[in-house]
Amino acid sequence: MFDKYIIVEDTLRNVAVGGEVTGFQLGVRLPYYRGLGLSMVEDIEVTLDGVTAPAESVSLTLHGNRYRLTDLPGIFDDRWEMGEVATVFVSKAGGLSNGEHTVAVRERLRISYMPVPGGGADQKTLSLQGTPL
Amino acid sequence: MSTAHQIKRGVSFYSYQEECFLKKMSLEDCVREAAAIGAFGVEVIPEQSMTGYPNPGDGFYRQWDEWMEKYGTTTIATDLFIDTKRYPGRVMTLDEMTESVRRDLDIAKRLGARHVRAIINTPPEVMEACASYAEQLELTLLLEVHAPFHYEHPWILRHLDVMHRLQSPALGFMPDMGTFVERFPRVMSERALRDGARSRFVDLAVETYNNRGDVHGLMDTFNYMGGNPVELGIARLSTFLTWNDPRVMLEHMPFIHHIQAKFYEMTDDGVEYSIPYDKIIPVLVEGGYDGYLSSEYEGNRHIQDVSEVDSVDQVRRQHRMFERLLGEEPMFHTAAAVGAGAIAEGDSNVR
Repeated sequence: MFDKYIIVEDTLRNVAVGGEVTGFQLGVRLPYYRGLGLSMVEDIEVTLDGVTAPAESVSLTLHGNRYRLTDLPGIFDDRWEMGEVATVFVSKAGGLSNGEHTVAVRERLRISYMPVPGGGADQKTLSLQGTPL
Repeated sequence: MSTAHQIKRGVSFYSYQEECFLKKMSLEDCVREAAAIGAFGVEVIPEQSMTGYPNPGDGFYRQWDEWMEKYGTTTIATDLFIDTKRYPGRVMTLDEMTESVRRDLDIAKRLGARHVRAIINTPPEVMEACASYAEQLELTLLLEVHAPFHYEHPWILRHLDVMHRLQSPALGFMPDMGTFVERFPRVMSERALRDGARSRFVDLAVETYNNRGDVHGLMDTFNYMGGNPVELGIARLSTFLTWNDPRVMLEHMPFIHHIQAKFYEMTDDGVEYSIPYDKIIPVLVEGGYDGYLSSEYEGNRHIQDVSEVDSVDQVRRQHRMFERLLGEEPMFHTAAAVGAGAIAEGDSNVR
């Protein structure tokens, strides 16, 4: 229902640790009209320029806490609020080249009252922003 | 309408979800807007509007109380969910579900609510287990009757059994007026066309629905016609929409304490395109319904790809219609009327 708002414009950046670029990050939201506990976020699939990142390379930062995507099923004490922008980090040595990139994000949510899997998908062309964080 | 009635107007902040999601409206903006249109009973979804749910802190509740006082509004209802699939690989036990409902009843009480919406997947056993606690808190726990559910649906019949057996003043229904979709919502068929459905598929779905045809047969038909995913989607959507004679509510009126006034599109003519409120409200009056009509705008998701969503204007239009159907004097301007007034100042023909 809010698929088009999943990917937040102007948030794509490289991330550096000790001067070395280790990956990239972007801001994402849930496509849903209420917040959801993280154990019900089943997948956040990030595809960059046609290449889907392995789940093990993806992590999510919310309220200052960083979670590996593969750990989310066991997180029962944090909640992704409606409209809240979380940061998704994808580990990728060297990060992204300058310029525009096609970013696709597909989120799969376990919504208890719905007979079919919940979630949604978005795709946007984003320009890499400024200097690495 | 000249018949005396006690029906009141309210708004669920579900209606302003687009603006709240994008941070264009704050929670206080929602309260202020409700008061401005005379929708003095407000309905809130804690999991949507309360940052830090289920523990937003005392400050949140103090602030909420201050707003209710300042704007002259009351919390008429809250909406609860049960995350029965919270734990991977298993469904919550009935005890866990009961605990979840009790926690949300506590939240409703702190918000000063009277009614609590129990989501459609709430098991009848959980309603039964929570009835006396709700009574204690002077709350009602009301199962939503949301399309495609109806009063003869096996799931609803199980709930009716519990309600009739317990005769608890706390248990009842919260009908969603989306169960009375008389014609296929235009915002949905037009969206399907924009998303790539071909008109012969969309037309067939709309005609089948509008003529009370076999919507459950559409999926196979569309498959054989070579339907694409959007076309199959609209076949499925046709089975999620329902039309019932609103008089079906009369028999259950003793259990009905709150109404979610779902709508998809208020037209320039001041009517809902698909849900005939002019047929619904007289039934509520006849049944002696004395609760609130709580606006639930849900058109945003169908138009956000082509136009700016203006939930405030849509809700205002619905309340202008409610005023007319309830026999009230108009007490506010719709945005459209304000615009028209600005262009033709001095013209007395303001809607």
